[in-house]
Amino acid sequence: MSGQPTGRLRRLAETARAPVTIRVDGVPVTALAGDTVLVAVLAAGRVLRQADFGGGDRAGFCLMGACQDCWMWTAAGERLRACTTPVAAGMDLATQTPGEDTWPAHA
Amino acid sequence: MAGPRVIIIGAGPAGVRAAETLVAAGLVPTVIDEGQRAGGQVYRRPPAGFTRPAAQVYGADAAKAQALHARFDALAIDYRPETLAWAVRDQTLHIARDGVAEALPFDALILATGATDRLAPVAGWTLPGCYSLGGAQIALKAQACSIGARPVFVGTGPLLYLVAWQYVKAGVAVAAVLDTAPRGAQLRALPDLMLRPGLLARGLAMQVRLRAAGVTMAQGVTPLAIAGAHEVTGLRYRTAAGVERTIAGDAVAMGFHLRPETQLADLAGCPFVFDEALQQWRPEADRDGRTPRAGVYVAGDGLRILGADAAEVSGQLAARAVMADAGIASNARETARLYTRKARLERFARGLATAFPWPAQMAAATPDAVMVCRCEGITAGDLRDVAGDKNAPELNRAKALSRIGMGRCQGRFCGPAAAEILAAARGVPLRDVGRLRSAAPVKPLPMATRTAPTTEPDA
Amino acid sequence: MNRADVIIIGGGIMGASAAFFLRQHGQSVILLERGLIGQQASGVNFGNVRRQGRHLHQLPLANRAREIWLRLPELIGEDCELVTAGHLRVAHTSEMADRMAAYADDSRAYGLDLEMLSANALRDRFPYLGTQLVAGCHDATGGHANPRLTAPAIGRAAARAGADVREQTEVTGIAHQAGEFTVAIAGGASVCAPVLLITAGAWAGKLSAQFGEPVPLAVHGPQMTVTEPLPYRIAPTIGVSTPHLHETVYFRQVKRGNIVCGGFARGPASAETNRATVLPEAILGQMEQLRRVMPGFARVQTIRSWSGIESYLPDDCPIMGPSVTTPGLFYAFGFCGAGFQIGPGVGAVMAELIATGRTDTPIEPYAIGRFAR
Repeated sequence: MSGQPTGRLRRLAETARAPVTIRVDGVPVTALAGDTVLVAVLAAGRVLRQADFGGGDRAGFCLMGACQDCWMWTAAGERLRACTTPVAAGMDLATQTPGEDTWPAHA
Repeated sequence: MAGPRVIIIGAGPAGVRAAETLVAAGLVPTVIDEGQRAGGQVYRRPPAGFTRPAAQVYGADAAKAQALHARFDALAIDYRPETLAWAVRDQTLHIARDGVAEALPFDALILATGATDRLAPVAGWTLPGCYSLGGAQIALKAQACSIGARPVFVGTGPLLYLVAWQYVKAGVAVAAVLDTAPRGAQLRALPDLMLRPGLLARGLAMQVRLRAAGVTMAQGVTPLAIAGAHEVTGLRYRTAAGVERTIAGDAVAMGFHLRPETQLADLAGCPFVFDEALQQWRPEADRDGRTPRAGVYVAGDGLRILGADAAEVSGQLAARAVMADAGIASNARETARLYTRKARLERFARGLATAFPWPAQMAAATPDAVMVCRCEGITAGDLRDVAGDKNAPELNRAKALSRIGMGRCQGRFCGPAAAEILAAARGVPLRDVGRLRSAAPVKPLPMATRTAPTTEPDA
Repeated sequence: MNRADVIIIGGGIMGASAAFFLRQHGQSVILLERGLIGQQASGVNFGNVRRQGRHLHQLPLANRAREIWLRLPELIGEDCELVTAGHLRVAHTSEMADRMAAYADDSRAYGLDLEMLSANALRDRFPYLGTQLVAGCHDATGGHANPRLTAPAIGRAAARAGADVREQTEVTGIAHQAGEFTVAIAGGASVCAPVLLITAGAWAGKLSAQFGEPVPLAVHGPQMTVTEPLPYRIAPTIGVSTPHLHETVYFRQVKRGNIVCGGFARGPASAETNRATVLPEAILGQMEQLRRVMPGFARVQTIRSWSGIESYLPDDCPIMGPSVTTPGLFYAFGFCGAGFQIGPGVGAVMAELIATGRTDTPIEPYAIGRFAR
């Protein structure tokens, strides 16, 4: 069973799991229950976040919560580590840095 | 029944066997696990709801993985999953879960914190599509995903061949397996590797099958650059014969064996020793895993990279040391048996280090423009500048002046190469530049974390 | 060359600055540092470059230091990441607001131009601040710099200017005879000079005691934490004005985006073992106080902490000036966690005092004689 062609990661098996709908950069994405956020985002897309320094996209590295290269913003200005966070329905994620109304949000 | 309060950090093979040993002696240890389910990394369990049989997930290790999981599931312990142990001070461990912090006092602390891949940077290694070997394996094992349609595997170590083979078995078109270890290194290591003939045979068989599957294989390789402007498009490398080649691929999996997770041992005040064979620092410990810090024990890859089987032995030994130090008797014959097994596994591990050496020269010669610190975007040239003009004699000063190792990962992924670059720039042996010191929190701690309100009994 | 006009013991920001400015006066200098320049308090402090909040008698020194900070690129070739985007003090209570306002009035005569902000004005200007803050006081000229870089940069400039800067050089003894100081160094060598300046921070007390001038020097460890890199959106250094130590938190966002934070407690430190500890409880307590000042902290992570050895005197004032007992001996140490901004000024003043015999910048409150029995 092949993954969606636009995604970086390819699903090889375990595709009979319940679908979970999230949004990434405002666009609905269908993930599967049990995906990490990293897999949910990268099975459909190609980028998790922008590098803090030196420019460029990042798409994770170690997948075990050690490299800290997969921290993402949510649309509401929260932070989560994509490889260790299970995907949940309704997540609203951003691969780009939010504006100052989002963080540091108006108290 | 009051016994010593024991906390074990890590629920991989070392932590699970330590817990089991203590439970058998009537204790109820607390086990702190950052993961959702016990198993650590090598025997990582997919989330609930995944249905592949163990043989498909773990291959030849299926029986060991299932046995370990069964052992864990049978234990009556205080299990804390999805919990970060972020600091330790005196006899108190500081943990956090879901934004709630707790301080756990202990009489004995067993650090079974495991390992990560050991990385040396290659130009382009921060491009989307480049993952560590461990990361590539976790994608497959725990999420049933491939990191790409046509991954290139590069680096050295048994994991290089294992993960590539797991990918091929899963039906992925692996482009190449490129080993930096020189041709002949495996041959030189044979006397030590022959101590585990089954494992050795498996390793050789994997290499044969990879080749038979049409995967480009090469040894003595020098990776030059991961190609691509915005994401991985391939890998450029130099063969042992000096020929430059480029192999196309949409993902790279890289790694050079493993490095121990030692941040909590550092915070606990454990002294470190420089392991000449593995060319890296590790906590000082006796053969049972006792550190010079009373009450603190280390086990498994978090002490020294010896692999999962050794971790199971090491976890048992550490637990036995805890018991002995608490005046609880244990079977001396069993302990002796464990020592014998561990000695064999140590020799095998030495063989692996010979067969798949850390590419010290390649790391030391990282070109100036290559990013070494992924978190902070610091290049090898930046590091050489502070080694020279700014006279940084060791890693922590180099960190203060260049920012290398100041990022979220606290030097886990840049530290090994940074040490080589600095030592070469200063013209000193590797051990003389020291090691990056850890700081609390050992991993990012949410600033929303609150102390759990203590529930007071009504007056 | 093992002789000089001046020997300086202690290579923090005070010693390095003094070495630099002594060279401007044409004095030859040997600077002895046991470890590496700027490795102790000078390198671990919060990095506030502020005048607001200092004792009024310290403002002339702070003013002089400010002029040097602004000229750093010209003087030493580096800016040490100095940012002058303001220093804001905030208050949780109207009582503290009143005190800030009184200070704003009193400090005007010393050249400070502080602006009091009501709760509403505070939130208009700085919309990320917590709604419970009752007032703020803003110094547009305040700011911050990178303490890890500063003393080392000044030390290098001193060396380029001809100072003999010796790192990894431990002093094992000091003798004084016939108007000459002979300082013995580990390894057997010694250096001589008619003038000795002690800028050895937490370790200076032992030296002043040797010359019959003990002082009640206490050491504490600052509790410093830093966040992950974040979008650069917070311009001023921000700190809480409060009589309660646990509420005294402060933070500054660097251009790269990390927010450096400090306060809540003073941690254990030892000038004997050279160790200082960040208390895990302090990390948590600091976070709670920071969330009060800026709720947005609740969304981000702390990634690291550090401490160091800062030395304090009971009257919250440093030791600066000549020895009472020994001609040719001078001191500048014990800066009570507030030495970073004034550091370059301290160096300039001590150099001036040594080279010319006087200084116009008032330092009488800091005389070591105030602790004489």
